[in-house]
Amino acid sequence: MTLEIFLQNLSNGIAYGSLYALIAIGYTMVYGILRLINFAHSNIFLTGAYLAFVLYAAFKGNWILAYGLSIALTACLGVLTDKIAYKPIRNAPRISALISAIAVSFIIENLLLIIFGGRPLAFPKISLLNKIYNVGGISIPSINIAIILVSGIILIVLMLILYKTKTGLAMRALSSDFDTARLMAMDVDKIVSITFAIGSAIAAVGGIMYASKFPQIHPYLAAMPGIKAFIAAVVGGIGNVQGAFIGGLTLGLIEILFVALFPSLSGYRDAIAFIVLIIILLYKPTGIMGKSGRVKV
Amino acid sequence: MTLSKKKTRIVSIALIALLFGFLAIVDNFLGSYNVRILSLCAINIILAIGLNIIYGFTGMFSLGHAGFMAIGAYVATLLTMSPATKTANFFMVPIEPWLLNIQLPFPVSLLIAGFVAALFAVLIGLPILKLGDDYLGIATLGFAEIIRVIINNLPSITNGSMGIKNLPDVTNIYIIYAIAVLTVFFAYRLSNNSYGRALKAIRENEIAAEASGINILKHKVLAFSIGAFFAGIGGALLVFWSNTIDPKMFTLTATFQVLTYVVAGGLGNITGSVVLAFTFTFLMEWMRFIEGPMNLGFITVHGVPGMRMLLFSVMLLVIILKFGKGVFGDYEFSINGIINFFKNLKKKSTKKGGSKNA
Repeated sequence: MTLEIFLQNLSNGIAYGSLYALIAIGYTMVYGILRLINFAHSNIFLTGAYLAFVLYAAFKGNWILAYGLSIALTACLGVLTDKIAYKPIRNAPRISALISAIAVSFIIENLLLIIFGGRPLAFPKISLLNKIYNVGGISIPSINIAIILVSGIILIVLMLILYKTKTGLAMRALSSDFDTARLMAMDVDKIVSITFAIGSAIAAVGGIMYASKFPQIHPYLAAMPGIKAFIAAVVGGIGNVQGAFIGGLTLGLIEILFVALFPSLSGYRDAIAFIVLIIILLYKPTGIMGKSGRVKV
Repeated sequence: MTLSKKKTRIVSIALIALLFGFLAIVDNFLGSYNVRILSLCAINIILAIGLNIIYGFTGMFSLGHAGFMAIGAYVATLLTMSPATKTANFFMVPIEPWLLNIQLPFPVSLLIAGFVAALFAVLIGLPILKLGDDYLGIATLGFAEIIRVIINNLPSITNGSMGIKNLPDVTNIYIIYAIAVLTVFFAYRLSNNSYGRALKAIRENEIAAEASGINILKHKVLAFSIGAFFAGIGGALLVFWSNTIDPKMFTLTATFQVLTYVVAGGLGNITGSVVLAFTFTFLMEWMRFIEGPMNLGFITVHGVPGMRMLLFSVMLLVIILKFGKGVFGDYEFSINGIINFFKNLKKKSTKKGGSKNA
């Protein structure tokens, strides 16, 4: 492998990893607070892309407005799923909420199928995201640069929210001890709603980026990137936002470099993420950034 | 009042005879479509019981059921198929020569399929079963996905993503129900003997169970492999039922479906698994007419794919929101429970819980 090809793959891997990271944030934030694997999150990510698709056509190509509105609407959808499906059973056994999440996931998937049909739709290509730059022999598509820049900005903003605002403090408090935090008279429902809103909005950004990179959307698209993003969250240490980014980048890079190094084994690409997952779980079950807690008797 | 053991046994046998009498009526008079639906119900019961032993009895959150189903399905198929059909199926990449000429009777290969799935469960269970709840779920999910990717990439053994068609017609509704009855019977016996109690002790409190002298890892691996055994059998029956294997049958969605039967019925509850697996499967098939074209008199509605699944999911959501502990909770069906229930009705007894013979 020449240096150029390596750098080419590296940029591609970072872009992939950033996409995983964007979706992983929603998983990790919700898990951190509610200890719930929100299986509907991958469908929310895809709904963001579909909304962008519809609004882009509705606003006749005004993509800033269309994408902005779709991100806002997806955030509302995230809050709505919590209000309908998770909030009423906050005190039931945790598995109930998980099944509830699976039901919501099926509902969104089939609603998309009913409304848009099963055939793939061509996602609009914005000229800004459709250029290819040549830097010293490496060709980098502008979408990759956009993905990396946007996820960098989102990480910084999210860190500021988490560590510099009162809401962020409340989120971290809920995440480290839900019951004690609730006793401190904080509005738990509001904080949970904000968490869902932030996670879903970022997932929508990820969905739009994903659809711009692979410009075809269909209702069953969400499953694979969703699951891999979830794995990224676990690998990084679930419940930890920086971990989601580190996990996403690790996964994206390993995946792309594996295919680049062993092209004959490229069929096993989807297994790589899961193998990494199992190795990490066996040696550091709480993930790269996770804290290890002891079970109290 | 309880019946003696002997009488209970006689009533049970009578009920099973009644069930098979009913199946004979369905088989002879109600057409092959209904036979197929009822067969699928029983297959899902077997799958649900398998997962219930792993998750419901022992509390090990497993999302790997589809993986064990796939293993059972492929093992049973490759062992049962005739060399001629194998050659016809593997036209892109020829099948491995050592696999080509193996042909065993169906019951033997079905058993082997179950045992191979159980063997895999032991092999992966030994390292990963020490993980805690959610992490175990994720690890087993990873295992199932790895199995699926491997199946897609080994064309000389599994025929890759094209799957296998024209499976021999070896099952029928009686065989499937006989296996389902045996599975339910086994689970019932397991839940009431010392092994089952050890498993439930592990579920309730692992540390306390260990302190009481239960070998945690041994029991966990045992339960995991028993569940995988039934998953393998169920997966094999499923592909023989549908006459084809498609690797897409074994995605996470398959696991989710079985998981919904188990949780909606009540964790650890055999009655719940049986009733919910049966009802959900039956409703899903029965609702197929929704997706067909409909004539409402004045307008004709074209079928909308996805409607059926949507209704199913909404139903599931309502059930989960309404019954946090599953429809059946802790209530188990038993012959004595039913008799007592009617006795109490007669006496108009005000005593509570007379019918609950869990």
